[in-house]
Amino acid sequence: MRQAAERALEDAGCTWKDIDALILGKAPDMFEGVVMPELYLSDALGANGKPVLRVHTAGSVGGSTAVVAANYVQSGAFRRVLTVSFEKQSESNATWALSPRMPFVPHVNAGAGGFFAPYMRLYMERYGVPEHIGCLVAVKDRQNALKNPYAHLQIPDISLEMVMQSPMLWEPIRFLESCPSSDGACALVLADEEHASRSPNPPAWILGTSTRADGSMYAGKDNIHPASLIACAKDVYAKAGITDPRRQIDVAELYVPFSWYEPMYLETLGFCGEGEGWKLVESGATALGGDLPINASGGVLSSNPIGASGMLRFGEAALQVRGMAGQHQVEGARLALGHAFGGAHSYYAMWAVSADKP
Amino acid sequence: MREAAVIGYTQSMQRRYAGAANESELIMPVVREVMQSVGVTQKDIDFTCSGSCDYLQGAAFAFVEGLNAVATAPPIRESHVEMDAAWALYEALLKIWSGEADLCLIYGFSKSSPGELRSVLTLQLDPYYHVPLWPDAVSLAALQARAMLDAGSLTERDMAEVVMRSRRAALLNPKAQLAAETSIEALLAEPRFVSPLRRHDCAPITDGASALLVASADTARRLCARPAWIRGIDHRMETGTLGARDLTRSPSTRYAAARAGVAGRPVDTAELHAPFSHQEIILRRELGLSDSVAVNPSGGALAGNVMMAAGLDRIGHVATRIMRGEADCGVAHATSGPCLQQNLVAVLEA
Amino acid sequence: MSDTPAPVTGIEVPINLQYEFTAGKALTRFLTRIREGRIVGQRCPGCNNVYVPPRGMCAACGIPTEEEVEVVDEGIVESFTVVHIPIPGNPIKPPFVAANILLDGTDMACLHRVSEVDNARVHVGMRVKARWKPREEWDYTFENIAWFRPVEGS
Repeated sequence: MRQAAERALEDAGCTWKDIDALILGKAPDMFEGVVMPELYLSDALGANGKPVLRVHTAGSVGGSTAVVAANYVQSGAFRRVLTVSFEKQSESNATWALSPRMPFVPHVNAGAGGFFAPYMRLYMERYGVPEHIGCLVAVKDRQNALKNPYAHLQIPDISLEMVMQSPMLWEPIRFLESCPSSDGACALVLADEEHASRSPNPPAWILGTSTRADGSMYAGKDNIHPASLIACAKDVYAKAGITDPRRQIDVAELYVPFSWYEPMYLETLGFCGEGEGWKLVESGATALGGDLPINASGGVLSSNPIGASGMLRFGEAALQVRGMAGQHQVEGARLALGHAFGGAHSYYAMWAVSADKP
Repeated sequence: MREAAVIGYTQSMQRRYAGAANESELIMPVVREVMQSVGVTQKDIDFTCSGSCDYLQGAAFAFVEGLNAVATAPPIRESHVEMDAAWALYEALLKIWSGEADLCLIYGFSKSSPGELRSVLTLQLDPYYHVPLWPDAVSLAALQARAMLDAGSLTERDMAEVVMRSRRAALLNPKAQLAAETSIEALLAEPRFVSPLRRHDCAPITDGASALLVASADTARRLCARPAWIRGIDHRMETGTLGARDLTRSPSTRYAAARAGVAGRPVDTAELHAPFSHQEIILRRELGLSDSVAVNPSGGALAGNVMMAAGLDRIGHVATRIMRGEADCGVAHATSGPCLQQNLVAVLEA
Repeated sequence: MSDTPAPVTGIEVPINLQYEFTAGKALTRFLTRIREGRIVGQRCPGCNNVYVPPRGMCAACGIPTEEEVEVVDEGIVESFTVVHIPIPGNPIKPPFVAANILLDGTDMACLHRVSEVDNARVHVGMRVKARWKPREEWDYTFENIAWFRPVEGS
């Protein structure tokens, strides 16, 4: 965390003392066994004497934390804030932490994948999607990861065959179609107009942020095209002046913990019509060389420090429009989308960032 | 910055054990009641933010269950802090200040009864150096009280006076868990619990929930005859290394108070989030409150301490007094972490 | 230096916390009934949808649900997955079918197992019925239903 924070400060050309507030995000405390870890980490975070806020909105937390951090600056009361998110999954077993034994749920709780897999099957059945589409996403994201030295999974000889032959976990999700358990952190410095304009590296201008949530389970909930994601996208598009996402957005970092979410999100986010997302994947449009690169960084499928995963999407979107994404840079990216997802298709956070000052 | 005011507040009965009611069932009535108090529904709320702690419930995502108590179809703008809901209020204020919201619903909740609160709070400490020794929350507070007694900065009589006043004030608070007419002598005659603390020096274990509405200026004036305007609010963190702190003082409270503009305001009421009697004395000093200020007229945390709501409750009680015309200017304080590690101070005015 | 001790990369700090879980009013009612071999849910007064198991509230409408509705132990598979990996703390041997089952007369699927059928033959829309454990094993748990099995002819 300290490592990520110091690199972010260096990138922004400032030091700990320039930071007016610290906003921390992470997923359940049970992943590390520390209650409100910002309390004991205050020294490491340079937080002493500063305002500290700890956000927790399930898997979307990295994204929603960045949104809160943006609000700090938007409020006019803070000039530069540091926002950090992390997870150290090596210290626990997330599948265990997410499968508590409760008397009213029969013993079929099978971790996050077990919960989500039925809806992917439903998606495939509803739109007649071929089975290899998920594998294509898995290959593409792992290939992208090879161009991102920060990515956890580096599988040099990744291939469609390798993914298709990897063990089935929760049908239709195979081992290589799932995200890894990662340790990691992400940090961003957000600054007001004056400081951003003076920063040593080009800033990513935030055009709009949004969060939406709904209940985990209620009658009529659409788990393929979730209402809360539709509402979140509509809001952020309106704020950012995006009317034709497919044409206007140059690159998107979407929270895809299981390969099948890419085609489903493409539809929900309005990049194509319902039932068309898998065709976009199949066409190669979402590859690094395509016209709508998705997860050029390798995405959550290549690194999943849960609490940080959403912020990594937001940060990678920013890197793209700043032209600082290195080998996985999408040439000429001016407008990028960062997206985070959490809970049972319930919690979403997004932002749109631009190379151009609004 | 845009102006903002508290326009409604409700808390549940403060109980040692809420029985068969689960967290959502505790939240729902207070959320409904606070919205009814100003005549709004969830559709009118621009932003909803809650405060809770998974470890109190013993399962990840306590707040996800909590959200079931709120109408979420169509989806809502929502966030959650793994902190006392006083900080959820702060997040809502950011939304109001930045023009993203005009009316926000805040709620905080917990049931501490199902688990082992003292041990759960141990997990707030450094996992490598402190947790293996299992110092519990009461013992850490006892260290702080001992440091103060040894430094001569208070007496056990002072601590008993705080408790006596809390118990007496709580007689007028129908939601309070502990209320009584007692005396300093009777309290000092009680046995030690964790030396130097007696049981009554420690806040009780409480189940419950609270909800509060905060609004931007126009909305506040439209919905409330006498809004409680938030004139200043600030919060500050101190080191997690207990040995590096002077436990007899709370510089973060002092600094937050200065930033919130406590000095120079005609403060008549204060609600201080002091889960232990001696902490109220530290806070009064750091806030520079004069003797004429009514401190914890609700009874304070010693009369009922819903974890993750008790800080918000302090703000809610000050605001309620202002809205009812029983106070004109008040200070509210919320704390988080062992021995007052992190503190929030707000100034509210009619 | 040769006498530098090996770096400490981690320590184990066992944490044992006991909780008494509270089901809440609605689930208590559900668990009491399922102990008698009956399935009860609740109807939302706002949207009229029936929830099994009931949570005492409708997450869509955000209002309490009180009207009790008894439903049958039969319904359809709304969606499902075949779980192939062992889950920590879960005694069921993979591969097994975890399915969202929409009981007749309810409006939201509940999670349960489907068995007594070749996993490959389970399909969306399949009609299934509860296989109850022997009466003497019934307790306050949804697991009084061992799993759901296909209804003949479906």
